[in-house]
Amino acid sequence: MTISIDPQKTNNKSLQPKGWLRYFSFSLDHKVIGIQYLVCGFLFYLIGGTLASAIRIELASPMSDFMPRDVYNQVLTLHGTIMIFLWIVPVVNGAFGNYLIPFYVGARDMAFPRLNAVAFWLIPPSGLMLVASYFVEGAAQAGWTAYPPLSITTPQSGQIIWILSVLLLGGSSIFGGINFIATIIKLRRPGLKLMQLPMYCWAMLGTSLLVVLSTPVLAGTLILLSFDIIANTGFFNPVLGGNVVVYQHLFWFYSHPAVYIMVLPAFGLVSEILPVHARKPLFGYTTMVFSIMGIVVLGLVVWAHHMFTSGTPPWMRLFFTIATAFIAVPTGIKFFNWVATLWGGKISINSAMLFSCGFIINFVFGGITGVALAQVPFDIHVHDTYFVVAHFHYIVYGGTVFIIFSSIYHWFPKVTGKMLNEKFGILHFIITFIGFNLCFAPQHWLGLNGMPRRVAEYDPQFQFINQISSIGALLMAISTIPFLINIFLSVRNGKDAGDNPWNALTPEWLTSSPPPVENWEEEAPLVEEPYGYGKQFSEQK
Amino acid sequence: MTTLDSSKEIQKNNSEINETHEDFRMFGLITFLIADGMTFAGFFAAYLTYKAVNPLPDGAIYELELPIPTLNTILLLVSSATFHKAGKALLKDKNSDSQKWLFFTAFLGIIFLICQLFEYFNLPFGLTDNLFASTFYALTGFHGLHVTLGTLMILIIAWQSRINGGRLNSQNIFPLEAVELYWHFVDGIWVILFIILYLL
Repeated sequence: MTISIDPQKTNNKSLQPKGWLRYFSFSLDHKVIGIQYLVCGFLFYLIGGTLASAIRIELASPMSDFMPRDVYNQVLTLHGTIMIFLWIVPVVNGAFGNYLIPFYVGARDMAFPRLNAVAFWLIPPSGLMLVASYFVEGAAQAGWTAYPPLSITTPQSGQIIWILSVLLLGGSSIFGGINFIATIIKLRRPGLKLMQLPMYCWAMLGTSLLVVLSTPVLAGTLILLSFDIIANTGFFNPVLGGNVVVYQHLFWFYSHPAVYIMVLPAFGLVSEILPVHARKPLFGYTTMVFSIMGIVVLGLVVWAHHMFTSGTPPWMRLFFTIATAFIAVPTGIKFFNWVATLWGGKISINSAMLFSCGFIINFVFGGITGVALAQVPFDIHVHDTYFVVAHFHYIVYGGTVFIIFSSIYHWFPKVTGKMLNEKFGILHFIITFIGFNLCFAPQHWLGLNGMPRRVAEYDPQFQFINQISSIGALLMAISTIPFLINIFLSVRNGKDAGDNPWNALTPEWLTSSPPPVENWEEEAPLVEEPYGYGKQFSEQK
Repeated sequence: MTTLDSSKEIQKNNSEINETHEDFRMFGLITFLIADGMTFAGFFAAYLTYKAVNPLPDGAIYELELPIPTLNTILLLVSSATFHKAGKALLKDKNSDSQKWLFFTAFLGIIFLICQLFEYFNLPFGLTDNLFASTFYALTGFHGLHVTLGTLMILIIAWQSRINGGRLNSQNIFPLEAVELYWHFVDGIWVILFIILYLL
């Protein structure tokens, strides 16, 4: 049976408000929803960044003089939760996925537009609820992992709101994942084979598989945790016979794949951006696809490497060490393919390219420390120290957030029809890159020397390195200013971009910028090879 | 005249951008059921781990009675068959037959829930008594929630096939098929749950 996808009838988009007002409406247009995800996520990034600055101000001196200890814990919890669940996951998946995937598969909208709108509109209320939970009596202070028994024994009203909020965000994530899988597999225009799709589609397919397979487990775990808090059951409460390690297993079964849920879309985006600005086809398309699927499979079976110090039996440590080390193989393939894409290309130095190259550099750093952390003896030495913090931020900020900015610079002309100012962009990159490395590189030393994480007070011998780190954080905070100025000035009076300012070959650049409501005036264009750079050149020869 | 012209224009546009696709709603539902199944998988994993490494305190051994859950298993398996009957009848455009089978399936679902409540009231332990009790109520309760939702959905589609006879027919069988798939899923989960909770 076939059903007709008639946008005029199913979506009634013609009745939606036009112009900038549509971004404040319950629109079903995938482009509007994508931008809503991005802007909403960025607002939460500003909140989370402010909290991060507060943390670094507190850590500039050894004693807890700026914030009392429990306030420090609450700020830390809120920072982690906001950055992961409200900024990176919604933006790399929701924002760019919604905007780009229908273009890439040659559709006029996502597979389930209404479900898509529901997925987005779960985010602002639950995010506000999360922020509001800080102001109730006893805000959540067990970290973004909410490990019991800490989350059970600390004041609970804030923790319950935290759980509810994360459950709603998880639901939003699952709905988005279902939508992406259905769109990529079922909504491709006839004649478009899976192996002709741009890399970002493959990355989103892998990510959505991870979302669908692992997010429900987190939901179940948090439901059990909330029973422990509300109904006084003992699932994770050792006093009542429960087992805290079971919580850790279930939690990391989601939260380890969550790292890939954040990073895989970034892999896809950088694979879109590098070939365009290096004027070369993506090196090794097939290996890129298989490495993504390899990361998905391996990502699901390595969760216990977060728990080497939780009394994990030796055979389990061995298995998870080996499995984790194996992930370096597909990731290494991707890294070398990116470098090979750059090799001998006609590289144009612009903000999008700079942020992508910054990503590659940072990601190598984070990846190498990740392999180190997978080794049990080393992990036991640096567990719960700043080494882990440094590694994690190298992956998640140095990897993902750099790519978010790179993608904003790359697709801004398509979304608005205006070019961004390159001088502001390059200034933004320089401050971000210096600030980021100044902030997190010294933390490796802190960790190796034994400074524990998640504490407001520390041994005075670490003060100097901490101050350098705080200066770096300050630079990262400042770097947002040229970016925001750039966006506001360029939206008002930027240069006109034209349809395809980068001479890119992926399908979204074949329509006008900004794109019309139904993406294409006529039939969707068929792009045989999205990465066919240099093909004409070789034919001329 | 202008209105006529513009309506023609819209029609033309519609036919131009009107594209047909394979029906992928069932595909979306299957993806959702995989996600839902993973929630249960998490619960089962937690239960089995507790069973393996957290033995009950001395004197707290609870034998579960088998008759009611066995009856419940039979009820759900029969209801799967009756639901299938409803789908077959609808495909032959026998709406009233289909509706009877749907109401019978919903009836079996309600009997299942009543039996489960009866079992709850007769158990010698409460939610917070010990770890086994908590896990037992969490697993069966979460499954019972699914049965409740499934029963409500069956009643809704039965009601839909009642009014003006046109909502559900052999041409528009998707709602029935979707609920049927969900119901089979819930049955399958119950069989696994019955095996690991009552028989192991």
